[in-house]
Amino acid sequence: MPNCQETLKELELFLDSELPNAQIEEIMAHLTGCTDCQGAFEFHAELRTIVRVKAKRDHLPEGFTDRLLACFEPQPESE
Amino acid sequence: MSAKEQFTSDAMQYAPQLFSTALRMTRSRSDAEDLVQETYIKGWRSFHTFQEGTNLRAWLFRIMTNTYINKYNAQKRKGTEVELDDVEELFLYKRLGSIDQSQLSSSAEDQMLDLFTDDEVKNALESLPEDFRIPVLLSDVDGFSYKEIAEMLEIPIGTVMSRLHRGRKAMQKMLYEYARDRGLIVEPVTIEGTGE
Repeated sequence: MPNCQETLKELELFLDSELPNAQIEEIMAHLTGCTDCQGAFEFHAELRTIVRVKAKRDHLPEGFTDRLLACFEPQPESE
Repeated sequence: MSAKEQFTSDAMQYAPQLFSTALRMTRSRSDAEDLVQETYIKGWRSFHTFQEGTNLRAWLFRIMTNTYINKYNAQKRKGTEVELDDVEELFLYKRLGSIDQSQLSSSAEDQMLDLFTDDEVKNALESLPEDFRIPVLLSDVDGFSYKEIAEMLEIPIGTVMSRLHRGRKAMQKMLYEYARDRGLIVEPVTIEGTGE
């Protein structure tokens, strides 16, 4: 089982879902028994959620959808 | 439904996501509108090259990212690399993770969600230098894989990983400073001579 240092080193890859299953299981096993690392992983998972949710709250400008729909009109043939 | 109608409705569902990312990329409402519009024009023009079964969302984001880099990004053309200050590992967690209830002002509670406003998160993202901002946006906001980001930016996966790592740390430092400047976090006071 990885130690704390080895576990924290994989934090980003773990949260990015970029680790192979075998390694995910090892990390999960470490986290189950280590509240310190568990705290760090939960903190960063929450931070990810915050960034994802808060950076996406933009409304489309009025009339923008129509402007975009016009992009799908057949392009006039070039003369 | 015709192939055109199908493509239009499939593509249009991603307009809000594309627009949000375009805003963070360009940091300008009018440039973001132009960028998304250009993405759809290019997408529709190359619709014939779109293969059924391809991930349409990734395909549109790739068009948008390429368009942005070619049109707005002078850095790539000049070949200059912007560096970021090195930030300590787990920067924010070390300062907020084990924060004591008494260190937070009452309005913030202990919820990190309440600690940062939408604008602060957006500003932190937007103030990252471009080389770091785009990978962080594509990963943290849009949820693309390292491989997808590497393909969109035409850089090696290892470069994606190192830019994400450094970009995220720089963002954490900015978020921390916003919260501190608003008085939501009281910086730990170190008093000399009381170490024992």
